[in-house]
Parts: sequence; structure tokens; C-alpha cells
Amino acid sequence: MNTEVKKRYISLYVENRIGVLAKISGLLAGKSYNMDTLTVGETEDPTVSRMTIGLTIDDITFEQVKKQLNRCVVVIKVMDFSDIPIHKKELLFIKVSGCGEKDKAEIFRIAQAFGLEVIDYDKKRVLVQCVKTESANNDMIHLFNKTFPSRIETVRGGSVAIEAISTREQ
Amino acid sequence: MIKGTEIIVKALKEEGVKTLFAYPGGQAVDIFDALYGETEIDIVLPRHEQALIHAADGYARSTGKTGVCLVTSGPGATNLVTGIATANYDSVPLVCITGQVPLGLMGNDAFQEVDIVGITNSICKYAVTVRTREELPRILKEAFYIARTGRPGPVLVDIPKDIQQALGGEEYPTEVNIRGYKPNESVHMGQIKKAVGMLKRAKKPLFLIGGGVNISGANAQMKRLAERSGVPVITTIMGKGAIPTSHELYMGNIGIHGSYAANHAVAECDLLFSIGTRFNDRITGKIEEFAKNAKIVHIDIDSASISKNIVVDIPIVADAKLAIEKLLENLPEMDVAGWTAQVKTWKEKYPITMKQQDRLTPECIVKYINEHFKRPIITTDVGQNQLWTTQYIELEGNRQFLTSGGLGTMGYGFPAAIGAKLGNPDSPVIAISGDGGMQMNIQELATAVSLELPLILIVLNNGYLGNVRQWQELFYGKRYSSTCLRYRRSCERKCQSGDAAVCPPYIPDFVKLAESYSAYGIRISKPEELDQAFAYAKEHEKAPTIIECVIDPAANVFPMVPTGNTLNDMIME
Repeated sequence: MNTEVKKRYISLYVENRIGVLAKISGLLAGKSYNMDTLTVGETEDPTVSRMTIGLTIDDITFEQVKKQLNRCVVVIKVMDFSDIPIHKKELLFIKVSGCGEKDKAEIFRIAQAFGLEVIDYDKKRVLVQCVKTESANNDMIHLFNKTFPSRIETVRGGSVAIEAISTREQ
Repeated sequence: MIKGTEIIVKALKEEGVKTLFAYPGGQAVDIFDALYGETEIDIVLPRHEQALIHAADGYARSTGKTGVCLVTSGPGATNLVTGIATANYDSVPLVCITGQVPLGLMGNDAFQEVDIVGITNSICKYAVTVRTREELPRILKEAFYIARTGRPGPVLVDIPKDIQQALGGEEYPTEVNIRGYKPNESVHMGQIKKAVGMLKRAKKPLFLIGGGVNISGANAQMKRLAERSGVPVITTIMGKGAIPTSHELYMGNIGIHGSYAANHAVAECDLLFSIGTRFNDRITGKIEEFAKNAKIVHIDIDSASISKNIVVDIPIVADAKLAIEKLLENLPEMDVAGWTAQVKTWKEKYPITMKQQDRLTPECIVKYINEHFKRPIITTDVGQNQLWTTQYIELEGNRQFLTSGGLGTMGYGFPAAIGAKLGNPDSPVIAISGDGGMQMNIQELATAVSLELPLILIVLNNGYLGNVRQWQELFYGKRYSSTCLRYRRSCERKCQSGDAAVCPPYIPDFVKLAESYSAYGIRISKPEELDQAFAYAKEHEKAPTIIECVIDPAANVFPMVPTGNTLNDMIME
């Protein structure tokens, strides 16, 4: 087994009940496993929620995480996305303030070049939506920060991931 | 239509609950009302909820049945916390029912409201709040099922008062189907065959047995496995009794206070065949050096216990009994007599023994019990009393030795003995405690007297919190910080004396204390007084007797592996 850490994703089906999110996050915290991201939402079956958890972790610890989650009564199924093709995306909003006309034109150009969507604006502000992988979103934050220093506000949702059907593109 | 409280009582009966450990309160009073005049269930009232859950735990460990607790919300529930963690660590099946404020008040900081599910989530197998009257019977059924199956453990069911009062269906389910909980009921034959192959090739194999064999009741199978293979057996504290301790293949306990033979066998073996242990730090010593010459096979019902602390070569997720049965079916011809004789030589050459003294020693007390009781149930508290008892006690099988092995909970031994006696009225039950731990649940003398239980309560009184004192003596320059129980405010600050002749008198006087509870007490300090003391205890068929054994404050537990040392690098005396 490898002790080198790497980024991994797992997907969980859990009971959609009060306290389940606290149970899962508490379990990981109690065992000192650091999560990078956790997202949760109701599925097509309203009694079931699905979580996507991103961790930067070594092989041995990751095996433990999966076993610990598996033995939780409220966890219905654990899926390890380490070695299978998946699609994963994260929603990121970037709001830029204090924009002049030149800034606005630049934002629209960036949006076009990187496939972002301008979803709202007024005279001085522009709101951009990015739906990309976590690392691509990191790049976008970096780019906007460099271009519009101290004028951006960001919020991101954490990754969601699902097994691919016939593509390997993420 | 019946009330929630009535379906709770029905559930208890359907689950075969004969003894209920229960302490009333505002949010549980409806359940107690439904139990009023109940004849099928023996309702036991301990004097503190912590002792209540330890008693339920002792009942469960000694009978193999599920222990059941009923308490009120808030402080009633939080007083269970230590007992839940104790049971969880040692895989004891408990169902804990807690009253809760009505649903509409939850989250309002109501009187005696706590989020007990949130508090206990990380220390129990499962915790749940009942939120509708409709789901109450199903949740109760699931609670009993989850508690006793797989790796057993405590389950907490929190029931708001309005759900207790609400009317609903009378049906108690007969079947369970929990989509997130499917305990393993089979064994992977491919892995068993690999393990058998390793046994066949091994020159120096060793069975390391944990509590899992006792819990699954695989003792007879384990004995057959040892005898047919001729492989020596060592155990953890929780595994003691897996095969009779008098058996010629039994080589003692592993661990930081284990035997020379056991710890050396681990260092020397070429195959460590472990069943039902989680390789806790108290048994491994320095982890990098643990069994470093050996391949490791690990059988455990809990997949999360495998390769958690040490990486194993052959993992097998299965119930111990089932796995051992499959091993027996596939066992090869083996000849390891030379190796077994070697371990046996170590055992004979380096037995665990204490310095002989004119006064009472823990060794002579425990050996007295070995010689004078037929298959007693022994409970211990935590600390030196536990370690000495584990070193010297002779056991025939499981459900006979109850000790808080994982959590190490002081105050466990006495209430656990109450539960054990209730579950085993025909067995002698002896609690061995220190003077510190005995005081942590001393109020249970009232419970034991009111239940007319003839318990023998041995208090090894050295006037110290002895296990910590031992560490302070050996590793902290004899700086006895907060461990002397004779201490008074007027004492010299940095006293190292511990001399009972000049120190203030010990408090409490256990004999007088026992008498104030209408129990009995006797104080002894010489080995020749043991006969008289036990005879005195046997006179009292309907009340407990404290035998206070005044022992040397400087008596330490040896051998000992200092923290960070390799397992066979031991201080012998």
C-alpha cells in the first residue's frame, strides 16, 4: 500500500434524515480524517440523500474511511471513485465590483474564452457562473484575482461526482 | 390503538427482556407508569444512571443477552455516556431508551433537554430519535437487532414524551430489513484456504485471541482448534478464557503487562494467527517492531478493525465461531511440538509472580479465589486491581470475567457485579476493585442491599490511585501528584511517604460505610485472614460483603513494557 497522499472522491447513499450529515461529518472529524469538500442533496428517492466527499488522503487511511463509513447504519452504500471514470463538477460564483466599461468587456471576453456564463450585472458589477472541476475553478479564481485584485467575491459549492457512461472526460 | 408507552412495554416482552435497569424522571414517567405492577419484567432501580448502565453491561456480558436501560432526558441521558462508551469499546449489546422532551420543544433549550443522539453518535453503534408514533415499533425492533448482531454494541433510542403518549398501532414487527445494515453472516472460503496454507507452512505459529472468541461463544471450537493443531495460544485481556487458562497450550496474556512467554512468543513467531482482536496499542507495544518476523492472519467480524493498527497479510471478515468451524474442517496435519515446547519453557521459567510478603498481596487474594470458588463470575474495576486480576485469575470459559478493557472505566466493577448477579443468581459473583474505583460508584451498596444480592466486594486498598502512582514512581521521579487518597490539606506539599503509620487515616472507613448501608464489611491485612473473611462473606446470603484488603502501597504490577518499547523489552520486577 502507498502512503503518498492523493485526491480522491467517494459517493455515499445515506438515509435522508435529521442528523445524518452531522453523523457523517462527525465520524470523519472524530477519526481525524480531513475532508476537502462535502456536498449533499436529496436524490430521485426522497428517503435517500447522496453525498460526494472529496479527500486528500493516503491509501491506508482511505481504506479505513471507507470501512468506517460502510459500517454506519445510516449509510446505505459507499462508492469509491478512485479508479473509475467519473464526471465531476463544482459550481463557482465570482462577483466583480467597481467595474468600468473596459473591465466589463474583459470579463465578457474571459467568459467566452473559458466557457463561463455571465448571469447578472449592473453598472458597476458583474456576476459570473463557472461550472468546472474543482481545480479548473481554482484556476478561474486565480485569473480573476490577478485581473481584478481586491474586487472579487467568490462562493463555491463543493464537487459533485457521478460515474461516467461512455466518456472519460471529467 | 395503544399508547407509545404500551408498545415500548410490548417490545421489551417480545424481545424477551427479563431485567430492566431503569431510573425514572420527568420525560420517562409515562413509560414507568406503563410498567407499574409489571410481573414479567424485573425492574431494577440503581442509585445513579452511570452505575445503571454498567449494571446492564455486566448483565449482558455475563448472560450473552442484550442489556436494557431506561432513563429520563437531559442529565439522566448524559449520565449514560461513559457507560455507552464502555460498552461500545468492548462490543457489549445494550439498548438504551432515553426519554426526551416533546417534539415541539426540541431545540428550544427546554428543561432537561439535551441532544443525546448528537452527544452519543460517535460512541455507540447506532443512535436515533423517534420522530413519529408510527415508526416507534420498527425503530425498537431495529435497535435490538442492531445491538446484538454483527459486532455487538450499544444502541440508543431517544423517545420524545409526546410520542410516548401518542396512540398508534399495536403491532410489533417480526422481521427486520435495514438497508444500511447487513451484518456479515458468511465466511470467504478462499481466504480460509489461504490462512490454512499459511498454518501448514508455518514453523512457529501462534494463536492470538481477543474478545471476539468469547463474544461469539466459540470457546469449544477454539479449544478444538488449539488441540488439533497443537499451536500455542495467547490472549488479550478481553480474550482471556477463550480456552481454559489451565490448558497446557495456554501461554498467558499479551500486552504491556502481559507474560514473558506471550510477549516473547509474539516476537519470535513466524505466523501470528489472530482472531477477534483489534491490535490496541496496549497489546502491540512499539508498533513497528510488533511481530516483525511473522506473517499475520486476522479474523474479525468488523472489517474496520482489520488493518487499522497493523497491516495484515490475510484478512478474513467473519464471525469467530463460523470462521473457526471452517478452519477445523480444513485443518492440515501439523507438527509444531518443538516450538510449543519452547514457549512452554518460557512460561515455566518466567511465571508472573509477586514478591512474597508476610502481608496480603493481590496475588494471594486472587489465587485464594482460584482455589475456593467453582466457576465464579469475576468483575474488576480499572487500574492495578484489573491488571493483577487479569494476571492471576484462572478461567474456564467465557462470560466469567467482566472488565472494562477498551475504555478503562473506573467505577465499572461493582455495578457490573450487580448486573452479573441478577443475570446469574446461582453463580458466585466477586468484584475486585481498588479503593479509588470503589468510591466512584459506592452508592450502589444501596442497590445491592435492596436487591438482597450476596456479592463479595474485594477492595484492594493501597491508599493510592495505584496505577498512576506506579507510573509516577517509575517514570515521573516519584512526584506523586494527586494520587494519594490519604491526603489532607495540612499534608506536606511534596510528600513521598505513603506510610500508613504516619499518614492521616484512610477515608472512608469501608467497614463502617458498608454497615451504614446495612451491608457487611471486614478489613484484613494478612494472608491467614482470608479464610475468615470469605467465611464471613458466605454467611450473608442476602446482602453484599466488602472485604477490604489492606495491601502494600508500593506494590506494583510487573512485568511491564514501558510506553514506546518493543513488546518483549520488559521490566520484570
